[in-house]
Amino acid sequence: MKPCLLLIAGGLFGAGLVISGMTDPARVIGFLDFAGDWNPALAFVMFGAVTAFGLGQSILRKNRIRLFATDLPDTSASPVSKRMLVGSAIFGIGWGLSGICPGPALANLPELHREILVFTPLMLAGMAAAQRLFDLDR
Amino acid sequence: MLGGILIGLGSLLAMAVSGKVPGISGIAGHILRGNSGDTAWRVVFVLGLIGGAAIAFALNLGSGGFAIPGDRSLPVYAIAGLLVGFGARVGGGCTSGHGVCGIGSGAKDGLLYTIVFFTMAAATVFVWNLVAKGAGAG
Repeated sequence: MKPCLLLIAGGLFGAGLVISGMTDPARVIGFLDFAGDWNPALAFVMFGAVTAFGLGQSILRKNRIRLFATDLPDTSASPVSKRMLVGSAIFGIGWGLSGICPGPALANLPELHREILVFTPLMLAGMAAAQRLFDLDR
Repeated sequence: MLGGILIGLGSLLAMAVSGKVPGISGIAGHILRGNSGDTAWRVVFVLGLIGGAAIAFALNLGSGGFAIPGDRSLPVYAIAGLLVGFGARVGGGCTSGHGVCGIGSGAKDGLLYTIVFFTMAAATVFVWNLVAKGAGAG
């Protein structure tokens, strides 16, 4: 049952990325291009995702609903770290260069586009390097 | 917006089952480390994500295709992949963890990191277009 639910969760997420157009680099770059031909469509995607997750998690917490988890994660803000600010800035530069963030990097794999076959393995290498360098635990 | 709602619901279900904040960069990073006790749920989620995307592609549900803005070559995707992977792990999250889940649960730090990577991504697109235009004119 638990693996089934996780498979469904991943499936919803992956299908959502494709349906919303987050897997299309040109569309994402168009969304980031405020000074040019701004395409606002992905703002609605972000709004839909944040709202669905936000409402859902508040219902789960209020009614103490847990499917298999012993508890829901603590999402209250932790102190802002300089390291994480710099990391986020580096991630942003890569996202702006390519129009691909980690979810779409995985979701695009079945289509075997050459840009993805270059991007995704190097993304994983970058992650491994970061974990090694900073001994990351989360 | 439907795609966004699916992304939000997929994240919500993964959180309810795993008890963790289901950010894609964190999930991929943990799988790479491979030595934590609960790698299995993350692998199942990623398989679901890729499978769900493959089904959505096969059924032509995507609102975009896969287009690379013409002036971005493969080496750009190589560098961007490294930056996205490294930055997202050092930054503690990506569009899903800080963006969807962080903002969705009202975490101020998630909102701050999202603003940072979003601003950097938009600035990168802006500079890229300036340079490309300059090169085209010259």
